Amino acid sequence: MTTAGILFMALSVGAVTVLFVWCLWKVLAGKRPPEHLAHVEPVESDELGRR
Amino acid sequence: MSQPKEAWGSKLGVIMAVAGSAVGLGNFLRFPGLVADRETGGGAFLIAYFISLLVVGLPICWVEWTLGRHGGSHGFNSSPGIFHAIVRKPWGKYLGLLGFIVPVGVYFYYVVIESWCLGYAWHSFRGELDLVGAPAFGQFFAGFTGQGADGAVFAGGAAMACFIGVFLLNFAIIYRGLSKGIEFICNWGMPLLILIALVLLARVMTLGTPDPAKPELSVWNGLGYMWNPHDIAAGLSNPAVWLKAASQIFFTLSVGFGVIITYASYLKPRDDIALSGLTATSANEFCEVALGGLITVPAAYAFLGASAVAGGTFALGFNVLPQVFAGMPGGHIFGGLFFTLLFIAAITSSLSMLQPGIAFLEEGLGLDRRRSVALLGLITAVACLGVIWFSRDLKALSTVDFWIGDIGIFLQGTLLIYVFNLGFGTERGWEHMHHGADIRIPSVFKAILRWVSPVFLTVIFLMFVLRNVAGWNLSLSAPVFAPTEPILDLVGGPGHPPSEVARFVALGLLVFAGFSALLIHLAGRRWSHQNR
Repeated sequence: MTTAGILFMALSVGAVTVLFVWCLWKVLAGKRPPEHLAHVEPVESDELGRR
Repeated sequence: MSQPKEAWGSKLGVIMAVAGSAVGLGNFLRFPGLVADRETGGGAFLIAYFISLLVVGLPICWVEWTLGRHGGSHGFNSSPGIFHAIVRKPWGKYLGLLGFIVPVGVYFYYVVIESWCLGYAWHSFRGELDLVGAPAFGQFFAGFTGQGADGAVFAGGAAMACFIGVFLLNFAIIYRGLSKGIEFICNWGMPLLILIALVLLARVMTLGTPDPAKPELSVWNGLGYMWNPHDIAAGLSNPAVWLKAASQIFFTLSVGFGVIITYASYLKPRDDIALSGLTATSANEFCEVALGGLITVPAAYAFLGASAVAGGTFALGFNVLPQVFAGMPGGHIFGGLFFTLLFIAAITSSLSMLQPGIAFLEEGLGLDRRRSVALLGLITAVACLGVIWFSRDLKALSTVDFWIGDIGIFLQGTLLIYVFNLGFGTERGWEHMHHGADIRIPSVFKAILRWVSPVFLTVIFLMFVLRNVAGWNLSLSAPVFAPTEPILDLVGGPGHPPSEVARFVALGLLVFAGFSALLIHLAGRRWSHQNR
């Protein structure tokens, strides 16, 4: 295995592993930001008639 | 008939379900083979692969999540219904035709392959794959799958028993519903899959040099065979490299399948989709690059050398790897674990192929779950038995795979990106994507979604059709067009008579497509009466 091969393997495997772990951490440990008290649900143009 | 609306039990549950849908046999068998390919693999393939992930895979995933959640907020869970809600034209619902026939059509043969995995796991654990000599493994695979003669599998035996068991298991799980069925299985199946893969990875990495008489055949050299970059500049100028990389990204993430859009429709309007989409994608990439990329090819190389690695997905999975496991201590355990891993990867995918069909039958025809499961079960049972019956040279399987699993998926994915940009609106879609989002997607992706993804995908799709239908040699300086086997099977050619089986299967697929269009027409009338 050449040095370039090691580099390609380490970068590829490392990148997807770090991304996966970071995402899992965000999903499992991340807290939702508090809802704004004055939050208004967005109104879609195609829903105007019904509302 | 009013039915309680289904929903996911947790955020992690829907992520596991989408990741389970994406992680399949291709992660562990197809991807390593593509990277290790001497002509179109290596560093150039990896660069093209990750660029394709960023400009096609990830953006279209977010598009599907966005369109699906929007459709769900209008009470639709199937592609025809979701497109009906987005386009708001009488023809809009027909844009969702592929979102129904692609997942169900792929299920016709995918569940058969899934049953092979179960059968191989069973035989391996029992030590019945400790065969001697490469031809014995090829004969075993041909015999198990009935490649010698049409109807061979119907003679009875383990293959048929495995198929019946797997088919019934899929529908039993689907009948339990979204949360109790699919989510439950994926919540247990995905961690188990990763655990088994890590055990196998540890075993492969400690193989060293299995035969001291052949010091060149080692795991280290196997890793080099796979990951050494070769000539990157030459590779990146080769259209075939880009075509293979983009196709792999497309197929591995299940984009264009009609699955993510249905799964996302069961979310609430303010549920996060930005982080969820990224997490599901990263889970698939972890399984493909970090696990699949380190297990199969290095192990095959260490035992059998470079010649064993050069082969298709089936050859690597069902011929080469059983030989590898037969040659290592405790091989029947590790072989059994490997095929169990493939079976878990397959069943979490096959379940996802049924849900879009169930969703459409429920909301389009007003059927309750029992009736929709029964109807879809009948349709798929007839088609699957056809695929199993015409087992000679796996002709029926490869025909459905080509027209539905290749062409249909590409077509549906391309359609999705155009509907998002032109029908839904890029700006509006971008805003929707961030409703309730746990992360902010970098704004560069808005430009990618609007300009790069449609152009890139259109070019790749045209190249795919020119290569796989017209048989273009991908050369601009000296182009040659020679019809490919799926085309020759239908129309015939010099020295290649048409295949009656392929013609029959293609006709069956046309009938299925027409029947599906009729169902969508009936669904449209029903929705009109309901003022939806």
